[in-house]
Amino acid sequence: MNNEAIIDSFVRLNPKTQLKNPVMFVVYAGAIACSVISIFAFSNNDVSEGSFSFFIAFWLWATVLFANFATAIAESKGRAQANSLKRTRNQLKAKRYIGNSDTLEEVSASDIDLDDKFLVIAGEVIPADGEVISGMAFVDESAITGESAPVIRESGGDRSSVTAGTMVLSDSIIVKASCKSGEGFIDKMIKLVEGAKRQKTPNEIALTILLSAITLVFLVVCAALVPFSEISIALSGQGKVITPTIVIALLICLAPTTIGGLVSAIGVAGMNRLLKKNVIALSGRAVEAAGDVDVLLLDKTGTITLGNRYAVEFYPEQGYARNVLVEASYISSLSDDTPEGKSIIDLALSQHITLPPKDELIKNGVSVAFSAQTRVSGFTMDSREIRKGAKDRIYKMAKEAGYSWSQEFEKIVDAISARGGTPLLVSENSKILGVIELKDIVKTGIRDRFASLRKMGIKTVMVTGDNPLTAAAIAAEAGVDDFIAEATPENKMDLIKKYQNEGRLVAMTGDGTNDAPALAQADVAVAMNSGTQAAKEAGNMIDLDSNPTKLLEVVETGKQLLITRGALTTFSLANDIAKYFAIVPAAFASTYPVLVALDIMYLSSPKSAILSAVIFNAVIIPALIPLALRGVKYSADGAEVLLRRNILTYGVGGLILPFVGIKAIDMLISLFGGLS
Amino acid sequence: MNGFYFQLLALFVILLPLSILVAVLIKCAYSPAINNSWINRFPKTIIRLCGLSTNEMSWDVYAKALMITNLAGIALVYLIQIFQEYLPLNPQGFSNVASSLALNTSVSFVSNTNWQAYSGESSLSYLTQMLALTSQNFLSAATGISVLFALMRGLTRKESSSIGNFYSDLVNSIWYCLLPLSFIVAIFLCYTGVPQTFSEYPAVQSVQSIENVSEILPVGPVASQVAIKQLGTNGGGYYGINSAHPLENPTPLSNLLELLSILLIPAASYLAYGAIIKNRKEGYMLYGTMTFLFIVFAGICYHSESGVINNLEGKEVRHGVVGTTIWAVATSLTSSGSINGAHDSLSPIAGAVPMVAMQLGEVVFGGVGSGFYGLISFIIATVFISGLLVGRTPEYLGKKIGSFEMQMSAVCMLLPCILVLVGTAIGGKFGDIAGTVLNKGPHGFSELLYAYTSMGNNNGSAFGGFPAGLQLHLILGSFIMFGSRFLPIIATLAMAGSFAKKKVVPKSAGTLPTDTITFMALLVTVIFLLGALSFFPAIALGPIADFLTVF
Repeated sequence: MNNEAIIDSFVRLNPKTQLKNPVMFVVYAGAIACSVISIFAFSNNDVSEGSFSFFIAFWLWATVLFANFATAIAESKGRAQANSLKRTRNQLKAKRYIGNSDTLEEVSASDIDLDDKFLVIAGEVIPADGEVISGMAFVDESAITGESAPVIRESGGDRSSVTAGTMVLSDSIIVKASCKSGEGFIDKMIKLVEGAKRQKTPNEIALTILLSAITLVFLVVCAALVPFSEISIALSGQGKVITPTIVIALLICLAPTTIGGLVSAIGVAGMNRLLKKNVIALSGRAVEAAGDVDVLLLDKTGTITLGNRYAVEFYPEQGYARNVLVEASYISSLSDDTPEGKSIIDLALSQHITLPPKDELIKNGVSVAFSAQTRVSGFTMDSREIRKGAKDRIYKMAKEAGYSWSQEFEKIVDAISARGGTPLLVSENSKILGVIELKDIVKTGIRDRFASLRKMGIKTVMVTGDNPLTAAAIAAEAGVDDFIAEATPENKMDLIKKYQNEGRLVAMTGDGTNDAPALAQADVAVAMNSGTQAAKEAGNMIDLDSNPTKLLEVVETGKQLLITRGALTTFSLANDIAKYFAIVPAAFASTYPVLVALDIMYLSSPKSAILSAVIFNAVIIPALIPLALRGVKYSADGAEVLLRRNILTYGVGGLILPFVGIKAIDMLISLFGGLS
Repeated sequence: MNGFYFQLLALFVILLPLSILVAVLIKCAYSPAINNSWINRFPKTIIRLCGLSTNEMSWDVYAKALMITNLAGIALVYLIQIFQEYLPLNPQGFSNVASSLALNTSVSFVSNTNWQAYSGESSLSYLTQMLALTSQNFLSAATGISVLFALMRGLTRKESSSIGNFYSDLVNSIWYCLLPLSFIVAIFLCYTGVPQTFSEYPAVQSVQSIENVSEILPVGPVASQVAIKQLGTNGGGYYGINSAHPLENPTPLSNLLELLSILLIPAASYLAYGAIIKNRKEGYMLYGTMTFLFIVFAGICYHSESGVINNLEGKEVRHGVVGTTIWAVATSLTSSGSINGAHDSLSPIAGAVPMVAMQLGEVVFGGVGSGFYGLISFIIATVFISGLLVGRTPEYLGKKIGSFEMQMSAVCMLLPCILVLVGTAIGGKFGDIAGTVLNKGPHGFSELLYAYTSMGNNNGSAFGGFPAGLQLHLILGSFIMFGSRFLPIIATLAMAGSFAKKKVVPKSAGTLPTDTITFMALLVTVIFLLGALSFFPAIALGPIADFLTVF
């Protein structure tokens, strides 16, 4: 990978590439000029000037190459990540039908082409986007919806579309692929990651303007040195006019080459860091905007609460003892492996009731798995058919069997719904025994996370389909700043627009097609990879893990990107002071020898001083590549604290470091015989 | 406490309450109260009588109106000078001014530089002094205030396409602020002994000559011009030697009054700004920061002037080292340029102080209006860098700073530096500097550098020894003064227009506060860093080499 980057650094010497970065183009032009000066000097037998210009030219070329290398290595890292993305995709296998026959062949998922038919059976991951043409299955799209309840996918109608990466839980389906091989969404993303289409972001452009303007001033400062030197000679009657090589050396040292050389690497690295977190930014602009986000719209389920619901209470129907309900609930969940089922068992065991041992029960009975048709699950032993399920199903079952239930019971069930819980009804032989209340559990640690976001000045808004009362309860528990209950795509959209009109930047995550308009409206829109095509096209980032909590990390990465730019700019400008102290006394030594008093570093000779400054200026670029790639550390503190800390590190540090560095290089040069 | 610190303290203790009062006047000029008294009707009536409209303007219309007004001003001042012989109020019968000098003087006064390549009392008629120069003293100061007003509107308005009306701003700032203040100051100056008359130069008994010989004493409408020259940070004195002349600045009291007048409007602008942006703390922080810098500059200047011996060369004994050094710092930090002593005679380091003060871009106090709108460019650059350091796309007063604002503020910050350097280089290289400037060696370079620094920052003060009357310097200087005044003005207006169109981002904990000591320290660092990086080599060849050679 490094070899590739080194070769790439030379390829980038192409003037067209160099012109894109004005600061580095100045170095490039300076390197060419010094090379020419050196050749002329040698051909005029001026060995002293020739060799000095040669050394300067050498280090200027090195500066250009180091900057090229920084960009090259950042981009090659992106490519490496793209490759690993490809590999995972290629490792995914598919069972494809050969032609119109029933014969199956095993192929790589990436070989699935438009209109290919493939079979997916329970426990397998769907290899490509497509439509179900035969069969019906439960598909786990929990990562999308956050709901552990699987969704039905069946041929025909609205529920026929399946997305790559989701898992079939029950039954089997035959799917017809809906996109061409190599044109799937992942493929598009891989292309993006490979960095071919990276555009400069608005902030990067503003920074480039500032840097170019500063470079322009230095160009004038340095160009003016020649007449200044001539005027001074005329006034003082002694000395030699400053040489073009020294003027160029000073210019390059003063120009903000450190940040100029690393600025594109920082941008690329920002996208790469997101990629490492399995988020693909479709544009650099989005990463940058992420740093600026003021408002986060977070889906309640999956982000704020654990996607799964937990059993919290049993409510028996009139006429039944609580123990009876607990026992029945326990039995019904014996072979239910979902988190909800387990939570029912745990709750039942914690009720201090003697329950029959699990193994014995399982030996004597048959478990009834949840199926798409019945939408109930349970356990059958002897003559007991214990079932649990959603209220409409259990009510229906009871009604069909001719049983009724009390009004009080119905009230309890509705109350559970009303406070945002899920009522799970339990029946024995179609007779309703009672209801289990399932509840959302707020993730541990999420409160602190929101508190630190608040410190960063970011407002969190919880979005939920729950009624306002429940929403308020959960919002208070989680510590979000605001919530929107009974969310519909329309009111989500309105909320985003409202915040944007206030001048805020809004970030959200989304998955469903109905999220697409809101995603398109949001400034930072993270679409879940498991979400629908429409959602993915509307978003400007894709989260491959489909983890809604990622949004928080995306924001941090965006901030880190800006901070890294700011830190290196500050560092670069602070460096100039030391370089002046090295070069100015050296440049005018022949006219005003008294200026040697400014040489506070006691450098060994004027030429060595200038060369040391140029070398320092060059080697600082590769020295800072790791920082550019890694990004400056970010912590969630208020702006004022962050500012003070970064100024101390990069401003004051940038002021002092070059004094030490230039002195050290000068001593090294002296060790190798020095320059005079 | 020695006399220096006592005077400095007295100056700022008196300045604070006065600037609070003047801030009220500035606010009146920014948005005059709407009632029907004649005071409020007057400005509108004047503008209507001129056939102009008082409608809101977009930035380009505003800029066009400003440029036309100022170009017309240049033409008028130029014409009055080259025809003064034929015009009234010329009791001394001064002849017409040469065209290149007339051009230089007109650009100089219109651009609020007031670089004087002439000596007023021996070459300009009363009419020229009053109609051409004094009126420009008002107009150029009012132009500066207008641009500041436009920028303030840009920063405070939400999604608006206009930034005010130039003619209203111009007339209002004269009517509510400059005119009443100059009137008061002029009366006080008359009281201290500054002449105000249309009579011929009287002959008086010479005090120095032993024999009974009489001398001609130049007088005229001095007080009225001196008042606005100080208040409007113009600096173009009635007399060639400016406020060092005993009739322009006769007593310690007049000296204090003139000193206060230099600082009054720039200082009050900070407070008015704080009130207008509804963050008084920011106004006071800026005020405090600039006062602090003033004290540092004055301290350096005073101590290097009074170190080994009290250097009284080139100073009026009635002002002494203390009065002269404080004035030197006041006149160079603001873009005033009036002087009460010879800066050329200052010791190398003390002489470098006013030079560096100007090279910072005339933003520490700075010129009337111009100092502050110039400062805002530096604030924007500081906000940009520090915004990056805290991980947010930078914003100032809730306005996002994009690449356009960055471009415009770069023009404002860097153009004066470039013009100074280019001017010094061309003026020095083609002006036979070694043959024409008074001193040899580094001090000669300082004289050259000071002159172009002064013109390129619209200051107008001068180091003696510079051949200001040479054709090359007159013409080149005119271009530099014009460029460094009007290009940043256009850039500032463009920025104001762009800011006005933007939304206002609400404040949050992540927003970088701009009214804290940390921010002020950073702002000062940015101002100094930019100044130092632009001028370090030049300063090394001038004052530093001068200092090292002497000591």
